[in-house]
Amino acid sequence: MSAHDPGRIVIVGASLAGLSAAKALRAHGFSGGLMLVGDEPHRPYDRPPLSKQVLRGDFGPDTTLPQPADLDIAVRTGTAAAGLDRDGRAVILADGERLAYDRCLVATGTRARPWPNPAEAALAGVATLRTRADAERLRQRLRERPARVVLVGGGFISFEVASVCRELDIPVTVLVRDAVPLARAIGAPLGAFMAEVARDAGVDLRLGAAIARMEADGRGRLAGLVLEDGGRIETDCLVVAIGAARNVEWLDGAGLAADRNGLRCDRFCRALRADGTAADGIFAAGDVAHWPNPHDGDALVAVEHWGNAVAQARIAARNMLAQDPAGMVPHDHLPDFWSQQFGLTIKLLGLTAGADAFAVVRGAMAERRFLAVFGKAGRTVAVASVDSARWLPAYRSAILEGAPFPPLPGGLDAPRRIETQVLEETAR
Amino acid sequence: MSTLFERFLDPDNRADPYGLFAELRREPVCRQEDGTYVVGTHAEIDRLLHDPRISSDDLPDPQHFRWTGHPITDLLVRPVRAEIRKRHRPFIFRDPPDHEALRGRVMRAFSVERVRGMRAKTERLTHDLIDKLAGKARIDLVDAFSYPLPVTVICHLLGVPPEDEPRFHGWATQLATALEPNQRGDEETQIKNEETFAEIADYLQDLVKAKRREPADDILSDLAAGDDAERMNDYDLIATAVLLLVAGHETTVNLITNGVLTLLRFPEHLERLRREPEIAPRLIEEFLRYEPPVQYRTRLALADIPLAGTTIPEGAPVVLLIASGNRDPARFADPERFDPDRRDNRHLGFGGGLHYCVGAPLARIEAEIALVALSRRLREPRLLADPPPYRPGASLRGPSALPLAIAGIAAA
Amino acid sequence: MRVVVDLNRCQGYAQCVYAAPRHFVLHGREALVYDTAPDDADRAAIERAAQACPVRAITACADDPADDSADRAAAAGEAR
Repeated sequence: MSAHDPGRIVIVGASLAGLSAAKALRAHGFSGGLMLVGDEPHRPYDRPPLSKQVLRGDFGPDTTLPQPADLDIAVRTGTAAAGLDRDGRAVILADGERLAYDRCLVATGTRARPWPNPAEAALAGVATLRTRADAERLRQRLRERPARVVLVGGGFISFEVASVCRELDIPVTVLVRDAVPLARAIGAPLGAFMAEVARDAGVDLRLGAAIARMEADGRGRLAGLVLEDGGRIETDCLVVAIGAARNVEWLDGAGLAADRNGLRCDRFCRALRADGTAADGIFAAGDVAHWPNPHDGDALVAVEHWGNAVAQARIAARNMLAQDPAGMVPHDHLPDFWSQQFGLTIKLLGLTAGADAFAVVRGAMAERRFLAVFGKAGRTVAVASVDSARWLPAYRSAILEGAPFPPLPGGLDAPRRIETQVLEETAR
Repeated sequence: MSTLFERFLDPDNRADPYGLFAELRREPVCRQEDGTYVVGTHAEIDRLLHDPRISSDDLPDPQHFRWTGHPITDLLVRPVRAEIRKRHRPFIFRDPPDHEALRGRVMRAFSVERVRGMRAKTERLTHDLIDKLAGKARIDLVDAFSYPLPVTVICHLLGVPPEDEPRFHGWATQLATALEPNQRGDEETQIKNEETFAEIADYLQDLVKAKRREPADDILSDLAAGDDAERMNDYDLIATAVLLLVAGHETTVNLITNGVLTLLRFPEHLERLRREPEIAPRLIEEFLRYEPPVQYRTRLALADIPLAGTTIPEGAPVVLLIASGNRDPARFADPERFDPDRRDNRHLGFGGGLHYCVGAPLARIEAEIALVALSRRLREPRLLADPPPYRPGASLRGPSALPLAIAGIAAA
Repeated sequence: MRVVVDLNRCQGYAQCVYAAPRHFVLHGREALVYDTAPDDADRAAIERAAQACPVRAITACADDPADDSADRAAAAGEAR
């Protein structure tokens, strides 16, 4: 891209990250051609409401993201990217068409990990929840009031859907293979807390439980589940929520460092080639990016959260317009996410990976309103809030400053004695 | 040589304190000679508003007064008064967990339905007040409009009979000094405040009794209702009612007056508001940034707080200089420019954190209705004094009068 | 219209609920749920909500005139 010809940027992934990058490119003055390609039939839409208010039916299911009228972007929906011709600088679409680019942003995100047994996954009544279409189908199904919904998986999607089911007064069972749900995201103590909240709300929460096989009726419809412990659950509505798989297959053969962990990139969001050097003109942002996080000693992470998608897209956009690496800025976002379930808002700020200490520092778990911190080798690395978001900004500063654990001693609403729990490796 | 903050408190600088702030912000956390810490940068103010080591319970403890030598005063009157004052501490001077419970009750009474239900009445009152200006060539906007509008609204919401309202004028002015640390410290003011509080409390006690006998659709009735277990005790009830009345008398008046003053200083925005009333919400947010009715709030450090290269020691009074944070160039592009179209206007005009202004939604409704109506109905308004005279308060800052020349009143 | 709220930023001040109660609702103490696709006729209320947010977490836009992605894609194809 010369100074005179701003060139053309192709963004692959009609996603939050993709749209955020497009907005940032225009905000930074990019005047060239801008194209957004996505495999779903929708313009970029917001996902977090899908597992909450959309299912509950509070408002309509259309979560299309606001797109400024003057964005001047060509949006190509319903079109999957099938390959990347790095030498020819073109994105190859599923129908064979080539989209030439000067710069390309990979923001293809993730998809719901399917149930490993394809025959069972194909049964009517077995669903995943990732896309708008998934949410609309499940919303319709919940309206028909199934006798029991079963969720398999111990993550946030499971708990959010279970919460909606209880609010709609639909019986629900959650099957979690681990001893504690949500532990990977928020640690064992908070996972145990949420387990209690869910049970109090009437969720049939089964820990250490796994499906041995599914049973179908004569017409290919799910009828029940047999668990590994021999127990049986009658249901015709199962939601598989066992994580996400990164959409990198289309990059096969492009010579990029892409694997099941995502598309490897450097701190400037530049995609790396298989040999570890930066690929010319290719950037990545959002769930698909696998990047070195400076808040965790440059350990590689892929962050599947809303805040990172926006922040990383903005950095990538800025760096796409830089003339050379000296003009680039590093992506140093402190990961954050939130969840709404059972009437509570849980927020997490920082990285809990490898944390070895945990303590409730404001409020009390018993009141279901508290703030907890995570420590690693004596430093504060993350904070979790349950309905206490207004204290978070002070703790954000503490994490960024690497404050000793526990941070911000003294003050209001602190427990009489702060009890630090040691986090076991297995429970992390 | 007086400090920058003392110069800010000096009434001579009331009309334009903003010039001092740039100097003040050079040191984000600035220790004063008396041990108070003044914080004038946006990031640091915002951080402290959300810091659990900062207490809002910073009213001076009356037990610390010097001895008078009169045993009855020192051993009986003072301690009793101190105890009464302590029990009457309203929720803006309280911390969790008490604060949560009290504020929660108030928020429920300040319900969305009730606050929004005030729109129609506010419209009516606004136009009635403007109608009364017909035939006048010179008006004082404060006296004729900015003061009576919010006062009538808050009295109506609380359930204070309109005929009793004039009594609150003097009471509110006196009690507002509790928010001015430079005034509230001296003993004379304290005693005067206590006497005023006693009068207003007597009045409200009777009113509360009446509400309990005959509940109406108003905030006092709601707060007075409930069975013994969940009911506010009478100390808290009276303290809350006084707080809401004082706040309703002393703040929105400044928002409206500052708004009109600013529009007359930048007439292109007045013209735009006349043509496009839908820009009123963003104008109001910019007024709250540019000329915040509450210029600073005080807090108390409960622990040593390292911040911006300084450590605020435990026990130190802290002044959060909102009006300065709102003009911090590190947060706002071109901060001295009045620009309703600025993006991401995260001003601190209503505070932040646990104590975010309870009355903010009401103030926004009143200001929007008032400013839209004034922009359309005042013909050729012109400032007769710029700057106008200001009231003495530095925290609750606003003109004492806004003399205007007008060429008449347009039809509603 | 299209609305999105950055719920990482949201601290539950509920100012949007006062400004546009049919479009913003608090579920519990802090959980905000909101109308992602309000009617254009409700523009004033949505604008009030966006402006009143103390942490500026609300983004709202008028909807694209029409879902013209196909036309635009064609135009982009030609431009190639």
